[in-house]
Amino acid sequence: MSKQIKDFRGTPLRESDFQEGKVLYVHDALRGEYAWDTGIAIGHYLASLKKGVILGARCDHCRKIVVPPRTVCEWCFRPLTEYVPLQDTGTVNTFSICYVTWDVKRVEKPEIPAVIEIDGASPGHGILHKLGEVNPEDVTIGMRVQAVWKPAEEREGAITDILYWRPLKEVEKR
Amino acid sequence: MSERVAIVGVGWAGFRPSTPHQSYKELMYEAAVRAYADAGVDPRSDIETFVTVAEDFHEGTSIFDEYTPDQLGGALKPVHTIGGDGLHGLATGYMLVRTGQFSLVTVEAHSKASNILTLPYITAYAQDPVLNRPLRLNPEYIAGLEMHRYLYETDTPPEQCAAVVVKNKRNALLNPLASFAADLTLDEVLSGPPVAWPLGRHEIAPLVDGAVVMVLASEERARLLTNKPVWIRGIGWCNGSASLESRDWADALHIREAARIAYRQAGIRDPFQEIDFAEVDDTYAFKELQHLEALGICLPGEAGLLTEQGATEPDGEFPVNVSGGSLGVGHLLDGTGLARALEVVLQLRGEAGPRQLEDVEVGLVQSWRGVPTTSGVVAVLSN
Repeated sequence: MSKQIKDFRGTPLRESDFQEGKVLYVHDALRGEYAWDTGIAIGHYLASLKKGVILGARCDHCRKIVVPPRTVCEWCFRPLTEYVPLQDTGTVNTFSICYVTWDVKRVEKPEIPAVIEIDGASPGHGILHKLGEVNPEDVTIGMRVQAVWKPAEEREGAITDILYWRPLKEVEKR
Repeated sequence: MSERVAIVGVGWAGFRPSTPHQSYKELMYEAAVRAYADAGVDPRSDIETFVTVAEDFHEGTSIFDEYTPDQLGGALKPVHTIGGDGLHGLATGYMLVRTGQFSLVTVEAHSKASNILTLPYITAYAQDPVLNRPLRLNPEYIAGLEMHRYLYETDTPPEQCAAVVVKNKRNALLNPLASFAADLTLDEVLSGPPVAWPLGRHEIAPLVDGAVVMVLASEERARLLTNKPVWIRGIGWCNGSASLESRDWADALHIREAARIAYRQAGIRDPFQEIDFAEVDDTYAFKELQHLEALGICLPGEAGLLTEQGATEPDGEFPVNVSGGSLGVGHLLDGTGLARALEVVLQLRGEAGPRQLEDVEVGLVQSWRGVPTTSGVVAVLSN
């Protein structure tokens, strides 16, 4: 219907009107800074990452091992107090291939976020990370992968102490 | 359909200026375990729905709702998060039971204030972005404006506000959960540094971390679970005007209206005579006085006199903030109202230890959401 209208009433706005401040608006930026206490379970998890170990926690009641560790089992509500070191290998549960970065820039070489079920944890328990050293078209659900760690002296007790996960070569399989 | 709703379990954790050993989830979990043990319920099999009160900017996480179920036992159950004060959560839980659809409800609110590095900026963001925020004032100025007009209209001298600080911090000496108990003199309070004159540093409740969890039950369930139910006899809430230009700066009209709603439900006609004690918002010392007047405990201008005469002391005619209030215990951001309610519950059960009041049957609890809001909740509880 708007196609039939030749002359719209009112004053059209152009990009330059905004740039030159002819349109009134108020600009402000949020200054929100936080320092989250990692707490008991995630604190242990991060400290272990610094040592190159992925830590899980066991729930004896539900008979399963979850990762990352936590102080409460979400299913039975009992406290989890036993930590279990896990392998730094795992299986891709799901992945995506992202051609747009977090700040909305298009990229030639895509990022590949994936949920990796960690060896030693119960089925379905994985961590969210990124895949690397792999062609996007070669990634499959069920693919076996291994963590690529930062050099020990550069680790700081953060999820980024693992740089990315790369395909696990057959000969490396345990 | 359940006509009456009871608080059948309470739990708490933290209540300290910083809690570096626990994440917010672990803080909530500790409070929840205590509340469920108190109520004698298993959250996984017994609790039917969960209400949490949280503000995204206080958490530093958008859509914070998603981060609340696990540590309360609410995974794969009906959970929702509301904005407001903890008592808004209590009102929501009350209504959920009254629908007849749920007989056991969990209500939670908490503070991890120590993790917010730029809280004054976050609070400043509650102001109108076009009209007020560009003036770049520390948001405590709003409390200064309110206090000044309150003192002016009610002829309340600053000494009577300082008396609230002395009383509440002294009450806190008997409360192990209190972080800011002190035995101060009026002169020490009055000679403190001004923040937003006439408001002084000692008249502002300091912040603490902490979590409070309460379990609400229908009458039928409550009778089976406990012989010490605390009944929610009435609960009301109200919002005034967000405008910093044209609100009533002296009278807390929103509290007046919230109280009217709660009293009507509870059948209270003369609150001073029919209610035994109160835990009211004292984020700023003058607020305790202004709130007592809005709650109808006395006429405008009388609360300061009552305080000066000792009527609101633990051994007075109408004890107020026996816990120490937020001035003595510390302010829990969104959890403050539930912290005040916690004291009312403990008093009504006779479990307040060395600060236990004698022969209390009906308690009043009131919260305010802090500057720049005119938003508050009033509840009448009884044993």
